Amino acid sequence: MQVGLISLLDGLVYGMLLFMLASGLTLILSMMGVLNFAHASIYMLGAYFAYQIDQWVGFWPALVIAPVLCGAIGAAIEVWGLRRVHHNGHIAELLFTFGLVFIIGRGVQMIWGMLPMAYRVPAGLDFPLFSLYGENFPAYRGFMLLVSGGMLFATWLLLKKTRIGMIIQASLTHPGMVSALGHNVPLVFTTVFAGGSFLAGLAGVIAGNYLTTESAMADAMGPIVFVVVIFGGLGSLAGCFIASILMGMVQTFSVVFDYSFADALKPFGVTLAANDLLGEILTIPMSRIGPLIPYALLILILVFRPRGLMGTRET
Amino acid sequence: MKFPRFIAMISLVLLGLGLWGSGARAADATIKIGYIDPFSGASASVGDASLKMFQFIVDNINAKGGALGKKFELVTFDDKQQPAEALIALKSVTDQNLSFVMSCVGSNIGSALIDAVNKHNTRNPDNRVLQLNCGQLATELTNEQCSFWHFRFAGSVEMRAVARIKSLPASLKTVYLLNQDYLFGQSIRNDTKKFLALYRPDIKIVGDEMIPLMQVKDFSPYITKIKASGAESLLTGNYGPDLALLIKAGVDAGLNIRYDSYLGHVIGAPTAIGAAGDGRLTSVMEIHDNISVEENNAAQEEFVKQWRATHDFGFIAINSVTQFDMLVRAIEKAGSTDPLKVALALEGMEQKDMFGAVNVMRKDDHQLLNPYYEAVLTKGQKYDVEKTGMGWKTEFKTTVADETLPTTCQMKRPES
Amino acid sequence: MSEATQAEDARVLPARSTGARTIRYWPWLAALLVSLALPWLFYDWQHARHAGFIVSVLSQTGMMIIFALSFNMLMGQAGLLSFCHSVLFGLAGYSTVHFLNAAGSGELPVPMELIPLLAGFSGLGFAAVFGYMATKQRSTAFAMITLGIVQLVTTAATMFHHFFGGEGGVKTDRMIDNSLFGLKYAHAIEVYYLIVAWALIAAIGMYFHTNTPLGRMANACRDNHERAQFVGYDPSIVRFLQFSLAGFYAGIAGGLFAITYEIVTFDAVAAPLAANALLMAYIGGATTFVGPVLGAILITLLQSVVSLMSNSWLIYVGVLFITMVIFAPAGITGIILKHAPIMRAGLMGRLVLPYSRVLVPGASVLFGSIGLVELLSFFTIGRAQGKHLELFGQPLDIESAVPWVICLVCLLGGGFWLAREARQFKRVWDGLMEIAQPGAPP
Repeated sequence: MQVGLISLLDGLVYGMLLFMLASGLTLILSMMGVLNFAHASIYMLGAYFAYQIDQWVGFWPALVIAPVLCGAIGAAIEVWGLRRVHHNGHIAELLFTFGLVFIIGRGVQMIWGMLPMAYRVPAGLDFPLFSLYGENFPAYRGFMLLVSGGMLFATWLLLKKTRIGMIIQASLTHPGMVSALGHNVPLVFTTVFAGGSFLAGLAGVIAGNYLTTESAMADAMGPIVFVVVIFGGLGSLAGCFIASILMGMVQTFSVVFDYSFADALKPFGVTLAANDLLGEILTIPMSRIGPLIPYALLILILVFRPRGLMGTRET
Repeated sequence: MKFPRFIAMISLVLLGLGLWGSGARAADATIKIGYIDPFSGASASVGDASLKMFQFIVDNINAKGGALGKKFELVTFDDKQQPAEALIALKSVTDQNLSFVMSCVGSNIGSALIDAVNKHNTRNPDNRVLQLNCGQLATELTNEQCSFWHFRFAGSVEMRAVARIKSLPASLKTVYLLNQDYLFGQSIRNDTKKFLALYRPDIKIVGDEMIPLMQVKDFSPYITKIKASGAESLLTGNYGPDLALLIKAGVDAGLNIRYDSYLGHVIGAPTAIGAAGDGRLTSVMEIHDNISVEENNAAQEEFVKQWRATHDFGFIAINSVTQFDMLVRAIEKAGSTDPLKVALALEGMEQKDMFGAVNVMRKDDHQLLNPYYEAVLTKGQKYDVEKTGMGWKTEFKTTVADETLPTTCQMKRPES
Repeated sequence: MSEATQAEDARVLPARSTGARTIRYWPWLAALLVSLALPWLFYDWQHARHAGFIVSVLSQTGMMIIFALSFNMLMGQAGLLSFCHSVLFGLAGYSTVHFLNAAGSGELPVPMELIPLLAGFSGLGFAAVFGYMATKQRSTAFAMITLGIVQLVTTAATMFHHFFGGEGGVKTDRMIDNSLFGLKYAHAIEVYYLIVAWALIAAIGMYFHTNTPLGRMANACRDNHERAQFVGYDPSIVRFLQFSLAGFYAGIAGGLFAITYEIVTFDAVAAPLAANALLMAYIGGATTFVGPVLGAILITLLQSVVSLMSNSWLIYVGVLFITMVIFAPAGITGIILKHAPIMRAGLMGRLVLPYSRVLVPGASVLFGSIGLVELLSFFTIGRAQGKHLELFGQPLDIESAVPWVICLVCLLGGGFWLAREARQFKRVWDGLMEIAQPGAPP
């Protein structure tokens, strides 16, 4: 019970972090069909910018300035880069963002060096919020929940209750018709890309001092974010939210389960040893194969339900 | 399709001519050592830090005259932390007739290199190369996988485990093991259990966890498990983000536990633990900045000051200093840089390290035997680490005799 | 045949002489001779041995050529963007290590020359298993499934020991003493010849595949999968078969990898290798058969040779992609093919001067940008590592503004000049195209 409740909270925090990253990517992928590999790199940039601004000014200004910078970079990428390659097809756009990953990765190393940055939780938030079964729940994690929850709410509000949100939603599924109605769809695209990058940058600011800020952080987060986006389905922010929480919970809970398939078979009198590959697969405990589970889930859902959990159209 | 092939041929020939030109070398005025480590990609920071330390050491050696009147030169190769790339780099090394190759990062790379060097030296006896291991620690490399052409100048996992277990406080009763699931981490876990059974049978292992390498971002579920187990100490061989994040999660959760690590002195962990970790993090290491103060060694304190003036990370490569000192002596004794002669000269050599302890390069398995210090990270030390305000304080020291452990190495010696 | 279909033909088939449907033998023969001769160009006469590094790079290139060609069977010919191609390569590599170990201990009486064939079959098997899942979908869903597969297999490869050897990988000795030609494969050059032989066999196989009904139907499904269904073929079966065959050839490449390096680790199944295949095929030109070959050669040279000279080679790779993607989406062969009408009209000579006029500012821009990247990299990283920056043997003083200014001038000045020359070039080009293909759309 104790383990379950604490893991629930931890899973929630991690899931919300994933959601912060994945929401921007979902919007971009749904609207423009662009597999933006550079999304995690912008997340990394957000963390590094926040570190730098934190050094010069402070954490709270960084919370505002760094995401804005990332949004500006996203807009620049869209206007000067993606727009030009758009007519060359999806693979061209993908490769473009790919090239960006390399450049940003090495660029970050060149500007800030190779060592991890000492980007710390601000003193104002560095205290335990409450204690659950003797384990402290840090206030900063509560802050992360607050920011990501607030961000979800703001995004939902923007998309559902404002005019520009309506246009964006329509462009998600019927860009041609929206353009025919006279709206500036390329501008909408740029706004969405910039908005997505803003969200990624914000995620970087928040997570950079919770996790470590180093040049490998983009590679670490990238794959799981893609899994979340595809699993949740294109065109659906709610689906993305559910998928993030699900993946967060799966990753968290799989750690606490030390059981394997072999253990499930023990009550039937079947004992297995890890003598060959099959034996190994059956006797490995769940806690060690935790990282595999999201990918297995992704493959399963795509094979049987290619539009993802709540996708509004076929991928 | 005339053109593509034509263009391909022309460009290949042109590039080839360029390569050929760059490949030709003048007679060796310096003793070149090939250094293969990751310099790009995720592990670039480790290769970067190591290179800086080696360059420092080589400059010092050259200032004293080098060996046989020639200076040393490091020739770097980026292996991008992939065994296939390391093997290509090795081809480059042997192509350029370098007699020595050095590599520090990744026991899997070390293992691949041992194999490749063996095969190369057997198949090309006129162009041999000697492998100097400066940091690939898995115990297997000087036991099951030992090789005549491989010399390890970094303490094996086994040696560190001895120091680690012997230095645990007598009042400690329960430990939780947490390690990375690969060759090195498994080596740590096996040796930790072995020596716990040998030296501290009173200690109970209440948890034994293997985590996937460099993949876990959120360690809170592990902290929950550790807390539930009631362990007093977390014994871990983690390093890099795996250690930093683990400690952060533990500190954040207010976990009242000792972090008894193997590699807590490698860059990143002290920053991660922060002020709340005062007195909690311990590690086993070959050197730290305050030893010179504790042992009243003014010359070494001068060394520390000099290093700290120009670098923002601690100097941990004391064994590499010993390595180069031994290499110089071996080359002079052999009268040449021929790998076979140098290897025969290196085996069994004894050398005083920076603090005067006599290190031994054991002939049986080519493992350097050196003492270990176990230290705790705490406030009030003369030299702090990574600008945290806390520094290392020695709690326990082992001797070379303590570290002389049996080996299963069955070394095949070359006939000539 | 109309212009449109002829142009479409040119996309996946090499240009043929109209009329007699002859296969041109001489490009294959030329390629074979060049590959055999290349190592001897760099023979180290002083030490009476081959330059090991050159043979390594050539061997790696040979493997990557097969790999990129097999990848293009999916991307260029069937329109399937697969991120898990490295899985087929790597799993075949792992299998080959186990085959070699079995052969070495006498359990498997297969000569070395046929081991790559075994590897190909294991690649085929794995491709059938994974393909069964993946080819149920097409387009983006297919790509995402393959992304999931590659991550799954990579993570699994570090966890399980019996087949994968965990993080350390599996090792073998290629001197199994069983060869059809009595070779020992002790020396890298012998392995290189094996690679050349198999590369030729695989390339011929893949080339003929493009002419088979399956190959043509794959093109059809790529272009219009709905229409292909009307014709009576089930696109998912076509995809499945194409995927499996691509896996066969990728397996051959994986087998050669295992033979060359005698060690296979999880890097051989990981996503970066699949991304490499994508780069090679795309940069070389996915719309032609020979494009991936060019791409493989270029990318391997970039990675092996440039990374020796600079630690910022990743930036160059990134910039190369972006430039290609923006200016030359059809790859290198695309650029070359664009010259086809002008060549046929015999007007190539008129392009020499415009090209040289573009070349000079282009070289200046290149010099300036590479210079800036290297200076910046040295300033922040290299200097602390104790390295020295040298240009043609002259040490550079990083502190003074002179190198920076020179590079900046080259970059900006060259940039403006290049823009002007490019406009002029376009005018000449359009003029020539008008002469060569009067009335054709630009």
